[in-house]
Amino acid sequence: MPVESSLARISGKASIVGVAESDEIGKVPNKSPLQHHAEAARNALEDAGLKLSDVDGFLTAGYNGYDVAEYLGIQPRYTDSTSVGGSSFVIHLAHALAAINAGYCEVALITHGQAGRSDRARPGPNPGLPAAQYESPHGIMGPPITYALACNRYLHQYGEDRTRQAMAEIAVSTRKWANLNPKAYMQAEKMTFDDYHDSRWIAWPFHLLDCCLVTDAGAAIVVTSASRARDTKKNPIRILGVGEGHDHSMISQMPDLTSAFGRNTGPQAMKMAGVGHGDFDLTMIYDSFTYTVLVTLENLGFCKPGEAADFVAGQRTAPGGNFPLNTSGGGLSYTHPGMYGIFLIVEAVRQLRNECGDRQVADCRLALVHGTGGSLSSTGTTVLGRA
Amino acid sequence: MTGKATTPAPMTPVPVPQPESDRYWEGLRRSEIWVRRCEGCGKPYFYPRDICPHCASAKTQWFRASGRGVIHTYAIVHRAPHPGFGDKVPYVVAIVELEEGVRVPTNIVGVEPEPTKIKIGSRVVPVFEKLTDTITLLKFKPA
Repeated sequence: MPVESSLARISGKASIVGVAESDEIGKVPNKSPLQHHAEAARNALEDAGLKLSDVDGFLTAGYNGYDVAEYLGIQPRYTDSTSVGGSSFVIHLAHALAAINAGYCEVALITHGQAGRSDRARPGPNPGLPAAQYESPHGIMGPPITYALACNRYLHQYGEDRTRQAMAEIAVSTRKWANLNPKAYMQAEKMTFDDYHDSRWIAWPFHLLDCCLVTDAGAAIVVTSASRARDTKKNPIRILGVGEGHDHSMISQMPDLTSAFGRNTGPQAMKMAGVGHGDFDLTMIYDSFTYTVLVTLENLGFCKPGEAADFVAGQRTAPGGNFPLNTSGGGLSYTHPGMYGIFLIVEAVRQLRNECGDRQVADCRLALVHGTGGSLSSTGTTVLGRA
Repeated sequence: MTGKATTPAPMTPVPVPQPESDRYWEGLRRSEIWVRRCEGCGKPYFYPRDICPHCASAKTQWFRASGRGVIHTYAIVHRAPHPGFGDKVPYVVAIVELEEGVRVPTNIVGVEPEPTKIKIGSRVVPVFEKLTDTITLLKFKPA
């Protein structure tokens, strides 16, 4: 088990000092995934006021670290290719915090790039994996189908109509945030409740508008020690609490379809940071699907199992509501290249720095960021705070 | 050569059995369901592997399951996730809990793919569907 006293000692002892997306995100047919990594890395270092030669720790997911580091031209002394789906980059923050405090490195760069929409080369699944033997032959392939299986169990336990309304609340409120974000793929597209309910089925119980986007995008994060952070360009954002883990890979192996690992990583991260549910000014939750947000709110303890429908009712999570959630427009309406987790961090940092223009959350000082990967398989939670 | 070339219909993914799962797939070919139980802790488990995922004991045994189960959850796929399923949508994917206590990913066949026609908790029985000469898939239909 994690040793709470050891974790508490490194709370806040590393900071995020640079964040950025790649130059263009959305539909970018003329760029490879590695180009997205490289553009985002350059932009995040520029945001921090640091140089590529300052980087001595490198973290990425979806690739082996050396593939991306070679492309970028860096020779890190700390390397971490932890790749557990879209939660990976939130987990990388925890690893960067630990590595910096253990003395492995001083400036850690985390990158991501994926051309989910336009990639010319799509690797297939490893045919020897259990998923390829037991799920794929049945057409149980890909997140819309695996998450739909989990969602329907939730509907069975907690009620279909009220949950359906809550799923619509999330789709509509998240779109309203996207309408305020110039970088959002759906910035110009309004969504009504009727639009949601009328959208076609992808995998019942999911409508099209329950599902995240598929885009081309990259992002990068620069993390450094508390002392070195004082010399960077912008206000450093401290990493106050972290938690990570997973409890299955295939959806059919999930111990309880309505309880993901955030039940552990949320409480751990909050305890390490010494904060509670009522302290957050902003909550960023991986919204692969509308349903993912609902079950995650419960798993993290913002409300009890089955109560998310009440928690998000009445557009509480929309602009102007009292629970600002996914203010970038989320994976549902801003961008989602495949493993979206890093973009949660980019938005949280921008909000904590007061850089978000029309969608800025007033006096944003403390944010919770929660990533989910695979088929509700892995989670990473982090608590970020303004210094 | 006469006539025009035809493009074969794309195939759905075909499982590649591994050494620890050969017996499972051989069983399905004979319309039998063989799963594993740990002799150390007594718990059954799916999918087949030589070391118990509950207690790490290497003393595990195969046993034949009845095939009776209930639908633990399901979903109805309308957008094919793979070219091989293009002519199969809408189809029903599910997780079925066998009465022996293990859950298996599967399809529900022999029902209309409509949410009003399929109930979580309802009883199902196995259907053995031949995919290739060596591979038979375990599906289920209403009991």
